[in-house]
Amino acid sequence: MTRRRVVVTGLGATTPLGGDVPSTWEALLAGKSGVRKLEDEWAQNASVTFAARVAVEPSEVMERVEMRRLDRSEQFAMIASREAWKDAGSPDVDKERLGVVIASGIGGVITLLDQHDVLKEKGARFVSPHTVPMLMPNGPAANVGLELQAKAGVHAPVSACASGAEAAGYALEMIRNNRADIVVTGGVEAAIHELPMAGFASMKALSTRNDAPAKASRPYDKDRDGFVLGEGGGVLVFEELEHAKARGAKIYAEVMGQGLTSDGFHIAAPDPEGHGVTRAVKLALADAGIPLSEIVHLNAHATSTPAGDVAEANALANALGSDISHVAVSATKSMTGHLLGGAGAIESIFCVLAMHHHKAPPTINIENLDEAVTVDVVRDVPRDLPKGSIACLNDSFGFGGHNVVLVFKSFEG
Amino acid sequence: MALTVDEVLAGIKEIVVEVAGIDANIIAMDKKFTDDLDVDSLSMVEVVVAAEEKFGVKIPDEEVTKMATVGDAVNFIVTNGK
Repeated sequence: MTRRRVVVTGLGATTPLGGDVPSTWEALLAGKSGVRKLEDEWAQNASVTFAARVAVEPSEVMERVEMRRLDRSEQFAMIASREAWKDAGSPDVDKERLGVVIASGIGGVITLLDQHDVLKEKGARFVSPHTVPMLMPNGPAANVGLELQAKAGVHAPVSACASGAEAAGYALEMIRNNRADIVVTGGVEAAIHELPMAGFASMKALSTRNDAPAKASRPYDKDRDGFVLGEGGGVLVFEELEHAKARGAKIYAEVMGQGLTSDGFHIAAPDPEGHGVTRAVKLALADAGIPLSEIVHLNAHATSTPAGDVAEANALANALGSDISHVAVSATKSMTGHLLGGAGAIESIFCVLAMHHHKAPPTINIENLDEAVTVDVVRDVPRDLPKGSIACLNDSFGFGGHNVVLVFKSFEG
Repeated sequence: MALTVDEVLAGIKEIVVEVAGIDANIIAMDKKFTDDLDVDSLSMVEVVVAAEEKFGVKIPDEEVTKMATVGDAVNFIVTNGK
């Protein structure tokens, strides 16, 4: 029996660059930064005073009562999934063949902390009965599943900053394994709050470039000093190829494969040799079954930390050998900041659009390219990718040593 | 001074509007919280806590389970309020 093929038929997002996919993609190609100084009172005297908040507040597109029952991460999931589902043509599908896999790295941490304040200030009786459904990390997936009445399974794999990519991989397998014909998949994060920011700052993981927030996320630059926390999320509609064709769906790209490994090295630091990443790339390419010559683009994890960016680039070069020479590498976190559990999802969307439009988005803020970086980085302006059949990689890594590599390919019909 | 039915109904309306976003005009004594007003079991907890605060009355859990309609809640508060 031949393997069931999976294509992308819908996209949705709310990001620091835009409230939907078209505005986000436009800002991305224009090389705009979504990083800004935080207005919040708590941020004014923090060690890091900036982040990448969503460009459009949920309150602008969501009813008040719905908002008060949803954590901010769940709000992002609902907004992005509504756009993606509509983009897919709001298909009338068998609900028992419809799945949802939407991840978050941290879950409803803002709700948890806000309700802890309520507990301390007013007492236990005033803690909201919505607290637990709002803080659980499967809440975003569960709420989207409820709205779509998805009954093939609702899942939320958690692997820190690899969560969104791992969700996409899980969705791919759900369709391949014939558990579902359509899976709504993605990742979200809403953790711009003083506690998670203090925690990341305490690890020395965040950039402290307080005097120039828009210049702070600078993957591959010599003077990069950490990542910039972002928020938002992305959702993709994955669909079995024949199912999509039968209903005349618009097809953006094909999902070709995934590779998953773990480092077994350190709870937060990347393996400097990048063995786990190299293996994940090789596994993903083997799963995809496409020649290396077709790989023309990589949306890198590249978070702008001193250790991570180079380790990743070296691992990719090791995995691809001389074929790395025709791979245009984009580090879009230079514009969006790092959406943690949402990163793998929005970057999968960027990969899908790069394949669809044959265009690689730029990497901004590289003033002096780190000499240790030997891959071909797309700098400042977008780059046209070759015509014809092309493929790309999206790699994502998470604290804990999780490595996820996804392969997307242009769809030629 | 004892609370009147009208006073308590007006207060419950305010609370249900806040919790469930329902149009105040459709909230009446005979309306069922769950079926008519989109107040599920979780939101009912919010309504009860807010009502206890507003009217200075304790509503025991076993009473909450009996409150199917707005009228049930209003009558309990009028009878047991200060």
